[in-house]
Amino acid sequence: MTATDQSHAPEDRASAPMLDVRDLRVSYRGGGRTVPAVRGVSFTLDRGQTLGVAGESGSGKSTMALSLLRLLPSSTQVTGQVLFEGEDLLTAKWARLRAVRWSAASVVFQGAMSALNPVRTIGEQICEPILLHDKVGQKKARARAAELLDSVGLPSRRLGSYPHEFSGGQRQRIMIAMALACRPDLIIADEPTTALDVMVQAQVLNLLGDLVRESGIGVIMISHDLSVLSHMCERLAVMYAGQIAEIGPSKQLIAEPRHPYTRALGRAFPTIGDPASRLAPAGLPGDPPTPPELARLSESRGCAFEPRCPEAMDACRTETVELWPSGPGREAACLRVLEGSGA
Amino acid sequence: MKPVLEVRDLTVTYPARRGAAPARAVDGVNLQVGQGEIVALVGESGCGKSTLARALVGLVKPTGGQVLSDGVPLGYSAAALKAYRRHTQLVLQDPGGALNPRQNVFDAVAEGPRLHGLTDRLGERVHTALAKAGLRPPEQFAGRFPHEMSGGQQQRVVIAGALALEPSVIVADEPVASLDASVRGEILKLILELRDSLGLSALVVSHDLGLAWNIADRVAVMYLGRIVETGTVEEVLLRPRHPYTRALLSVLPDSGEPPVLLTGEPPDPTSVPGGCRFHPRCPLRAAEQDPRCDTVDLPVLTGEPSSSGLAACHLVQ
Repeated sequence: MTATDQSHAPEDRASAPMLDVRDLRVSYRGGGRTVPAVRGVSFTLDRGQTLGVAGESGSGKSTMALSLLRLLPSSTQVTGQVLFEGEDLLTAKWARLRAVRWSAASVVFQGAMSALNPVRTIGEQICEPILLHDKVGQKKARARAAELLDSVGLPSRRLGSYPHEFSGGQRQRIMIAMALACRPDLIIADEPTTALDVMVQAQVLNLLGDLVRESGIGVIMISHDLSVLSHMCERLAVMYAGQIAEIGPSKQLIAEPRHPYTRALGRAFPTIGDPASRLAPAGLPGDPPTPPELARLSESRGCAFEPRCPEAMDACRTETVELWPSGPGREAACLRVLEGSGA
Repeated sequence: MKPVLEVRDLTVTYPARRGAAPARAVDGVNLQVGQGEIVALVGESGCGKSTLARALVGLVKPTGGQVLSDGVPLGYSAAALKAYRRHTQLVLQDPGGALNPRQNVFDAVAEGPRLHGLTDRLGERVHTALAKAGLRPPEQFAGRFPHEMSGGQQQRVVIAGALALEPSVIVADEPVASLDASVRGEILKLILELRDSLGLSALVVSHDLGLAWNIADRVAVMYLGRIVETGTVEEVLLRPRHPYTRALLSVLPDSGEPPVLLTGEPPDPTSVPGGCRFHPRCPLRAAEQDPRCDTVDLPVLTGEPSSSGLAACHLVQ
């Protein structure tokens, strides 16, 4: 079910990574049932590294990202380990977790309109985490907020404006400024550009890319858009049904996907000028598993993608699938990979 | 080829709100959709593409210009509109919102035929429409409710509802924007299949240039109420001429070119700039310093497909 043992053996020799997620499992409880959303996810992230997490709705990608900082409702059940600088955030005390949020790791949510407080100026909102965490005076915090606004390409004189006075793209920039407020080492960006237009999306991504390169912040970026992620992030994890289907360097993953799901997802985003996709939209028949189906999957063997897989074999229904090495720095959860490597 | 759907010099102006200037959402557009043709209308939010789509199906009454169906100008009496909508159907973006949660699939699809008094062999009509939309076998889906289906299946129900009236044109406003990547391709395939098997024409409104590449024959790029470039998909997407189209294509992740980031946000239809309406953001004008850009208005592009590859720009003629 998981690849914990295989994927972590090599890392123990090197110095510990900034973020080390081990066998993370998240279940929602509702209506007397337990529905698994994340079913055993393991990965590591170093300082300054960028990891993109791709997947469809219901793949568990957002749940996974939010559970790292325990941002989910208390009724959810989270197991596994989230080691941030060696400290397990899943068992840390609330006070300690509050200190980590903002100052060590921060989140850029999708939908900046609902994430910003409509009745307070953006200056106040950017200053709040600075005052709380950096223990500086009002004046210094204000200066830092002005600096931050400037760094995301907005004039600092607009600190006194309210969220509704900004456009969608500008609000998303403000969210990024807030996430940077306490100079964190890690930013988790959950669909940061989903609601934005193409041009505004390009502006925001460009900004995020520049900031990451300059400051060496680690980034986990969640998106449904594989093509955006592959250009923003060095490494890519593709999630399906609460598990990582394939993980590895972005370029190789897109150029030579080893998992059939990665292949299908890649084809769903056509490249303009590619004759293969002209008048030939590519999709994948069927739908991702529904929550009850997910619950059933967790209790049985076999690959979760098998019902939709164009390359499925008999063994895919009966064998347990886990992440197997599929190339340098790459892993894929597919029996075909095992077959190809002769293992 | 005679257009099945056409707009001539269409303008839609929304009245002013409290002291603000009126919004010129559609500000002079010519566009044609031929028999069995798929035309993609692309642009950023606020460019007027959805307003244009709503005007095409008679949901918005134009302030000026005409909508023509098979060459006949659209009338706006209730009876004329009702007759028109058998011919031209609208498919909306969010199937979850378009479907009544308390209505099962059969009733959702049967609603159109019932309104039009087509109750003879209604069951057969509904089942045929469901099968055409890829919900097979139809009997299995007819009794279901929206919440029992995935987003892709819901969108197929919406499309079946449009097909139940056997229209000749479908106007689809962002038909796949709310769907998952793998499902998106399946719905686009369906639109292509319907064109091939039924000869259906379609105008597909989208912000996604990849969608145009996937299914359209022609593209019209809209900016601030006007079409700024039009032509075949190959002409517009592979050899773009208008600086706006070029910028849009350059910011796609796979473009292979350095992205041309336009400064500022999409502009405001309540204050359309004089001269070329794109001039405040135009990278080409900044480079060439041509005085015409700021002062000389551009003519409205013709909607005829024969005169292909048109760009509304002083500098690329």
